[in-house]
Amino acid sequence: MATLLEIDRLKTQFFTSAGVVKAVDGVSYTVDEGETVAVVGESGCGKSVTAMSILRLIPWPPGKIVDGEIRFAGRDLVKLPEEEMRDVRGKDISMIFQEPMTSLNPVLTIGLQLTETMLTHTNATEEEAQQRAIDLLGMVGISEPQRRLQQYPHHLSGGMRQRVMIAMALACEPKLIIADEPTTALDVTIQAQILELMKNLTRELGVAMIIITHNLGVVARYADRVNVMYAGKIIESGTASDIYYRPHHPYTLALLKSVPRMDQPRQAKLDPVEGQPPDLTLLDDGCAFRPRCRFATEECVKGFPALEAVAEGHKTACFHKEAVAAAMKEAS
Amino acid sequence: MTATTNAAVRNDSQFRGKPTDELLIDVRNLKMHFPVTEGVFVQRVVASVKAVDGISFQIMKGETLGLVGESGCGKTTTGRCILQLEDPTSGEIIFHGQDINGLDDKSMIDIRKKIQVIFQDPFSSLNPRMKIGEILTEPMRVHNIIPNEEDRRQRAVELLTTCGLKANFFDRYPHEMSGGQRQRVGIARALAMNPEFIICDEAVSALDVSIQAQVINLLEDLREQFGLTYLFISHDLSVVRHICHRVAVMYLGHMVELADCDELFDNPLHPYTQALLEAVPIPDPDLEKGREHKIIKGEIPSPINPPSGCVFHPRCPKVVDSCKQQIPEFREVKPGHWVACTEV
Repeated sequence: MATLLEIDRLKTQFFTSAGVVKAVDGVSYTVDEGETVAVVGESGCGKSVTAMSILRLIPWPPGKIVDGEIRFAGRDLVKLPEEEMRDVRGKDISMIFQEPMTSLNPVLTIGLQLTETMLTHTNATEEEAQQRAIDLLGMVGISEPQRRLQQYPHHLSGGMRQRVMIAMALACEPKLIIADEPTTALDVTIQAQILELMKNLTRELGVAMIIITHNLGVVARYADRVNVMYAGKIIESGTASDIYYRPHHPYTLALLKSVPRMDQPRQAKLDPVEGQPPDLTLLDDGCAFRPRCRFATEECVKGFPALEAVAEGHKTACFHKEAVAAAMKEAS
Repeated sequence: MTATTNAAVRNDSQFRGKPTDELLIDVRNLKMHFPVTEGVFVQRVVASVKAVDGISFQIMKGETLGLVGESGCGKTTTGRCILQLEDPTSGEIIFHGQDINGLDDKSMIDIRKKIQVIFQDPFSSLNPRMKIGEILTEPMRVHNIIPNEEDRRQRAVELLTTCGLKANFFDRYPHEMSGGQRQRVGIARALAMNPEFIICDEAVSALDVSIQAQVINLLEDLREQFGLTYLFISHDLSVVRHICHRVAVMYLGHMVELADCDELFDNPLHPYTQALLEAVPIPDPDLEKGREHKIIKGEIPSPINPPSGCVFHPRCPKVVDSCKQQIPEFREVKPGHWVACTEV
């Protein structure tokens, strides 16, 4: 598959009164056409800021992309003039946000919000856009689509609103959809419905997707490849199997051990990572995870380990990757 | 894993600790209907939201009972009724042999010391204008448990240490702390009264996974150390399986299933419980590939106008004609395993 998106050493920083927050600190990853890539990590690890940077939605001040390239279909999005960027947003790349309650405009009808993108980005007439909106709502499983066009967001439940968001994201046949915690606000049975819908639609239409989540179960079910982030950096990347069965980074290992399993009887107490995630204004040159890491040595203070291949398509940024892999083997 | 090994794990007291045989709380036929009113000057009751519609359960001393279900199923309202923060429409809440439902405020003061709550949102459940020390010592002062200020301070510091926080947090404000630390303060505040029973209402749901695991372990340690009893309200089934002894599943104000933890997860009987368990993605890619995803359709109906008969029938994959009229009885199908479905 051809590469669709290539993020190269992206750095996004926020210049605040408390200091410079290095929210994204040299992140590189690629997304192939039609592929689903997950970005996993805890609050403040930079997973959403990376996504917002792709669409250049970082508000200045205080935030700014300070370095790096985002190559999409032969263009560097970082250097694109704002006018051309507007063509990319909503047309080539669209976004699904976490909060279905706040990401739709409460004073505009569903129909207006759905057709707006099409009228802006394509040559469709009002009638064509209207018809396409009805088709889209049907596609995402909303009953009586004709009538829904006249309704306002408050008429719909959370799950229905997220379906409308998906319809909006698909409206201009984008090549890439970025879904930022698309189901976190939803109940589990509704979450399952929405994720299944997104999977089927992206496969049918050949759309690539970046799914940002903290839910390791969602990643296991839906992602082809996974990037694990910590303190603004990707610390491990690989296929879902690489990450879940052969983790080589202590943070990945710790994350897996922190989540209780629903399908197995309790084995033992949880084994959590102690301590708190670091303050992003106070990072030094060493590995950001070392204060919480049980494998840490003197070496980890000196410099940040490079993201190196441990197997085909599987990379890890840790000086002690062999020891971590051995610990994983022992545990399983 | 076979049924016999499951039983062995369940009975092993070193894992979750063993509950006693002493009955602590007995909820009988609890109903909480909120009136829906119309009119500006003259308010008429036009309908009612049946948030909790006749549920019964018991909790033994030292036990953790999980209460699970999706938004609007009535799990939080149940917790609030036990705390008497709502005035239930009918039913009995028997705590230590005494019905506390409808007890006057004065008599409730004593009971409130013994029943505490930990809330979901560590950002809104602590007063931003109070220092952590004041938050912890205020209940001791109000309930006159420790009359001397210096002793109160000492006790607060002790509580902070018990909950894994440093003593210098005493003089800090909530905004100076992370979500996980605030949740520890919420737990310390609940412990300040030496309670017997704590209602954990989504107590770990707002936390990141690594912090969530720390707080789960803390709750377990405290249960062991102080012989606490928990009602663990949560929508996160993985956490519930880990921490609870028994689990009750609610749907639209009704209890649909209640069983021992491993029994419920390994052998769910109610179609809603089955659907709920199948919807949860498991962090294991190979296993996920092999899983059949039978996803239930539709959304949760409004509790103002709940469906007739079994409230789950419009979404139920195993629905038969009689489900539309007949309200299923909540019955014990095997020892300790209760279910409200006529087709089981």
